[in-house]
Amino acid sequence: MLFTQMTFQAALPEYILAVVALGLVLMAAFTGESLGSRRLVKMIALLGYGFAFATTFILPSESQVIFLGLFKIDGFLVYMKGLVLIGAFFACWMVDEDWSDGVEKPEYQVLMMLATLGMLLMISANDLISLFMGLELQSLPLYVIAAMNTRSLKSSEAGLKYFLLGALSSGMLLYGASLIYGFSGSTQFGEIASSIAQNGASSGMIIGVVFLLSGLAFKVSAAPFHMWTPDVYEGAPTPVTALFAIAPKVAAIALLLNVTHFVFADIRLEWMQVIIALSVASMAVGAFGAIMQKDLKRMMAYSSIAHMGYALAGLAAGTQQGAAGVMIYMTTYIFMGAGTFSIILMMRRDGLPVQKLSDLAGLSSTHPYWAFGLMVFMFSMAGIPPLAGFFAKWYVFLAAVNAGLIPLAIIGVLTSVIGAFYYLRIIKLMYFEDVDQPLDTNAPTENIIILSVSLIVTILFLFIIGPLREWTYFAATNFPISGAL
Amino acid sequence: MIETLFFYLFASITCLAGLMVISSRNPVHSVLFLILAFFNAAGLFVLLGAEFLAMLLVVVYVGAVAVLFLFVVMMLDINFVELREGFQRYMPLGLGVGGVLLAEILFVFFNSADMPETVVMVNEVSNTRALGRILYTDYIYLFQLAGLILLVAMIGAIALTLRKRENVRRQSIASQTERTRADSIEVVSVPSNTGVKRS
Repeated sequence: MLFTQMTFQAALPEYILAVVALGLVLMAAFTGESLGSRRLVKMIALLGYGFAFATTFILPSESQVIFLGLFKIDGFLVYMKGLVLIGAFFACWMVDEDWSDGVEKPEYQVLMMLATLGMLLMISANDLISLFMGLELQSLPLYVIAAMNTRSLKSSEAGLKYFLLGALSSGMLLYGASLIYGFSGSTQFGEIASSIAQNGASSGMIIGVVFLLSGLAFKVSAAPFHMWTPDVYEGAPTPVTALFAIAPKVAAIALLLNVTHFVFADIRLEWMQVIIALSVASMAVGAFGAIMQKDLKRMMAYSSIAHMGYALAGLAAGTQQGAAGVMIYMTTYIFMGAGTFSIILMMRRDGLPVQKLSDLAGLSSTHPYWAFGLMVFMFSMAGIPPLAGFFAKWYVFLAAVNAGLIPLAIIGVLTSVIGAFYYLRIIKLMYFEDVDQPLDTNAPTENIIILSVSLIVTILFLFIIGPLREWTYFAATNFPISGAL
Repeated sequence: MIETLFFYLFASITCLAGLMVISSRNPVHSVLFLILAFFNAAGLFVLLGAEFLAMLLVVVYVGAVAVLFLFVVMMLDINFVELREGFQRYMPLGLGVGGVLLAEILFVFFNSADMPETVVMVNEVSNTRALGRILYTDYIYLFQLAGLILLVAMIGAIALTLRKRENVRRQSIASQTERTRADSIEVVSVPSNTGVKRS
C-alpha cells in the first residue's frame, strides 16, 4: 500500500543515491585502497550522481505528497534537487588521484554520497521530523569529512568546531520545532500552515519560528551564525571545502524557502524581519570580513557568506518573484563556486597544494587560461554585467524593491561595491604583479573540463536567462504566496 | 496495595541511589549507583504500564550509556579531587537551578487538579506492539532514514579513528590455512650416531 509505483517514482533520485551509497560501502570494504579501486569507487559515485540527476527530469512536476505526508515533491523542489546533484557531481569529479589528505579514502565518497542523499531528503521534507532527519543525514557526514585529514590539526579543529556549533544549531532548530509542534498540534507542514491560517500566530509559535530560522541560518552560514565558516573552509581538505561551498548551501536555502514560503506563508510579516536582519548582517560581514583575508579559502568563505546574504535578500521579499530570484541566484552560485574551486584545486607548487592569495601573483603569464577563468568568476561574483552574477543580483534586488524593501536593496548594492574590492584585488594580483614562484603547470583534465563548463555558463548566462527565468517563475508558482503585501 | 508498596520501594531506592551518585567518593561507585537508579526508574515505568520504555531504559542507558561512563571513568586519568574543588563556588548556581526545578515540580503538584486524568487505554495490544505497528508502517520512511544516519555514524567513527600502521605483524589466516604438510615439515630419517645434516 505504501510503496506504490507513484511513491517509487517520486523518490527515484533518493533511492538511486541510497542504493549506490550502500553498494559503495561494500565495494570500499572489499577492494582496498589501491589507485585502481579508488578510481573505480569514484567512477561509480559519479555514475550514481549522474543517474540521480537524469531521473530528476522524469520526476512529476505537479505537487505530490508521499510516505503519508512526510515527503513532498513539486516543480520547485525538483529544480533545487537538480542543482544539488550537479553540485555534488562537480565536487566529486574535481578531486583527482593526487589528493592524499584524507579524501583518498573510499569512505570519503560514501560519506559524500550519503550527505547528498541527506540534502535531497531535506529539500523534500514535508514534516518537521523528516526535516530534522534529512538535515542530520546531511550534516553528520559533513562533520566527518571536514575532519577527514587526521594528520592535520587544522582539519581536526575544523571538524570539531563544525560539529560543536552544528550540534548547537540542531538544538536550536529542535527547540523551535517543538514549540511549533506545541502551538499548532501537528508536525506536518500542511497542517501547521492551516493551523496558522485558522488561529493566527501565537507568540509561542513566533518564538518557535525564530528558533527554527536560526537553526537553518546556521546551515546556510548566514551572519550572525557564520562563525564556523572561515575556520572550516580553511581547515578542511580543499576538495571538502569545494563541496561545502557548492552543494549544502543550495539544499539549505531550498529548505529555508520551502519552510518560509510554504509553511509560514501567512505570517510572513513576522519572519521577514528575521530574514532581513540575517541578510543585512551577512552582506556586511561577507563584504568587510573578506578584505583582510590572505588565505584564498578563507576569502571564499566570506564570499559565500556575502552570497548567502544576497540570496536571503530575495527570500526576504516574501514573494514568488523573490523565490524565483533565489533559484536563479543559487543556479549561478554553484557554477561560479565550482569553477573557482576547480582552479583552487589545481593550484600546486612542487606537487603540494597552496592556497595563499599571494600564490596567485602573476598567474596570467604562467597560466593564462586559469587566470582568465578566475577573472571571469571574480567579475561575476562582484556582479559585473553581462556575467551570470549580475543577473543573479539583479533578480533578487528586483524582487526586494518590488516588495517595498528598498533600503535592503540599497544596502545590498553598497556591500557588493565593497565586495568588488577584494574580487578585483585578485584580478590585480593575477594580471599586474610579477611572478614570485610559478605554480605547477600540469592540470587534471577533470578540473579543466569543470572550469570550461562553468566558464561557458557564466559568460553565456545572458542567453539562458530568458528560459531560466520562465522556468523558475513557473516553479515558484508552487508557493501559496502571491504578489507583494 | 502491592503496587503502592513497589512504587515506594522503587522510588525510595531511586532517590537514595541518586544521592549516592553525587556523594560517593569513588567515581566508579557513582556510576554503579547510577545504574541502580536506572534499574529502579525502569521499575517505575513498568508500574505505569510502559514496559517498552522500561526495556529501553535498561537496554540503552544501562547497556550502553552507563557502560560508556564506566569506561570513561576507569580509562581516562581524570583527577576527581581537582574537579571537586569548585564545589563552594558553584554551589549557589546549582542551588538556584535546583530551586527552579523544585518550584516547577511543586507548581505541577499543587495544580494537579487541573490536569487531565490519565486515560487507561483498554486494549489487547501491548504498547511495544503498538509502537512497532506504526514504526514499521506509517513511519517506515523515518525508520529507514534513522538507519542511514546510524550507518553514517558508524562509517564516520571508523574512518576517523582507524589508522593503518606500517610494520605491524598481523595474523594472516589465509596463509595459515593454506599451509600444507609438504611445505612446512620435513621428515628426515636419521642414522644413528650421525645427527641431522642441514641441507
